Amino acid sequence: MFAIETLIIFILSCFVGYYVVLKVTPALHAPLMAVTNAISSVIIVVAIDAAAISSLRLESSVVATSCFGVVAVFLTAINIVGGFMLTHRMLLMFSKKKKDNGESKC
Amino acid sequence: MLIDTLKYISQLLPVLASVFFILSLRGLSSAATSRKGNIFGMLGISISILVPLCYCFCVLFLRQIIPNNINDFYGSLFFGLTIAALSFGGGIGYDIAKKINMTALPQLVAAFHSLVGLSAVFIACAIFSAPNLFALFNTSDQPIPLSNAIEMAIGAAIGAITFTGSIVAFGKLQGFISGKPLKYKGQHKLNFLVALLIIISSIIFVNKQTAILFAIIIFASFALGYLLIMPIGGADMPVIVSMLNSYSGWAAAGIGFTLDNNVLIIVGALVGTSGAILSNIMCKGMNRSLKNVILGGMGVETSLTNDSGNIQRNVKICSPEDAAFIIKNAESIILIPGYGMAVSQAQHAIKELSELLKNEKISIKYAIHPVAGRMPGHMNVLLAEANIPYEDAFEMDEINHEFGSCDVAIVIGANDITNPAAKTDPASPIYGMPVLEVERAKTVLFIKRSLGSGYAGVDNPLFYQGNTMMVLGDAKKVVEGLIKALKEN
Repeated sequence: MFAIETLIIFILSCFVGYYVVLKVTPALHAPLMAVTNAISSVIIVVAIDAAAISSLRLESSVVATSCFGVVAVFLTAINIVGGFMLTHRMLLMFSKKKKDNGESKC
Repeated sequence: MLIDTLKYISQLLPVLASVFFILSLRGLSSAATSRKGNIFGMLGISISILVPLCYCFCVLFLRQIIPNNINDFYGSLFFGLTIAALSFGGGIGYDIAKKINMTALPQLVAAFHSLVGLSAVFIACAIFSAPNLFALFNTSDQPIPLSNAIEMAIGAAIGAITFTGSIVAFGKLQGFISGKPLKYKGQHKLNFLVALLIIISSIIFVNKQTAILFAIIIFASFALGYLLIMPIGGADMPVIVSMLNSYSGWAAAGIGFTLDNNVLIIVGALVGTSGAILSNIMCKGMNRSLKNVILGGMGVETSLTNDSGNIQRNVKICSPEDAAFIIKNAESIILIPGYGMAVSQAQHAIKELSELLKNEKISIKYAIHPVAGRMPGHMNVLLAEANIPYEDAFEMDEINHEFGSCDVAIVIGANDITNPAAKTDPASPIYGMPVLEVERAKTVLFIKRSLGSGYAGVDNPLFYQGNTMMVLGDAKKVVEGLIKALKEN
């Protein structure tokens, strides 16, 4: 039944999120969106549960569940790799300049 | 003993993953630590993926080496399919992210949000189809416990709204759905009725868990996502994209609550608050409430009579050559990029121009308005792409006081974010919106496609100011013209 602990975790995480994200410089808001998009795909763990682990239970009735799971794994995998890759590309652009600057100063 | 240790580790690893996720957001507080942050994020997600996959692999492996009568056909099949889906999806994601042009960033982010939404829906379907497999209860003829059923309905509904909403946002940003707000009579009533349908069917669903009710919740939420975002104009997209970012987080949290999965709850809360903060920043940048944006209202072009009235007023139009002359004699220049820069991909030309001017010992700064472009941080990414130093870009509050001492302000494809009427004219629809105080510069150069009003349909008095020169044309072509003229002199 309803676990009060999960609610506490949720609310505390909201506070952590609030204070952490407030510190993010506005210049990096676009990478922030890309990386949050990637990490929100952590729901892939449930998708893997549905796709692979549920079929270990040896019930043929779980085929539908596993199929839903496989589709969800596919969608979230696009998101995870795409999101991190995109963030990486953006951040590379931001730090590349730093290096250039350093060289020009030398 | 070994099993116990493994179990203990598998419970500890998600805690580690959660810490990594927090660190990944924390890293973005400065450009120097940001890449490390991204690596933390990747580590967090890798741990999360590897734990169930390893578990599954170990079970299958053990069943192979220990003689038994278990037929593992389904287990092996779906384990293989999962790996295939993972690598195939990952490959597609890698490919898209690698090849995408940075100017298409807002629509790509919207598309990615839609994927999170859709997968949340599929996951909710998976849980609904076999709740006993997710340890919601032990025997299969029991209904799902009350609180889990509520959370599941909420998770599925938010996921579905995120999915269709993001698809519409994607369409508007990509341009295959008109960016103009679609309005019709009874729009709010219809939205309200659909929302009511979702709520009522969720309430019934909690007591009587039938597949039909679950389908109604999902399809009504699909409809609601579409109906909510369709009426919103293209220029309000910074708010909408961040709002959908937030929703994708809440959807994940909803799934987490259903299964009492702490990592999902933590990540969902992080992403949800992050999106909410961004929406709030964007709303402040437009001086509008979230409610006002969602319920629509702005984005309608003003009538012709208003425009013809403007044309009679005195507008100074000059050629890139004239503009180059003015720039050359300046000592300090502030550039104000807007969506027009993104559309014409002028950032590289701007970089070239700024290099040229820096060689002439002219100071160059960039003024970034929070809602310039179509998503939070849009301008910064484009400037970064063109290798423009990060230190040269300033936020509105940092640079507004400098316009008074600056010789030339060059506005490139922006309009409303520079409109002084937002400060002076209480009748203006954008009154109260924080703007860049461009009008205080000695000379204002406006690079703009036409004399038309911006997205808000508001006339900009800056055009008719004595020290304003308009250079009409595509941002990239004009900037290239400026470079050519500067080089010739």
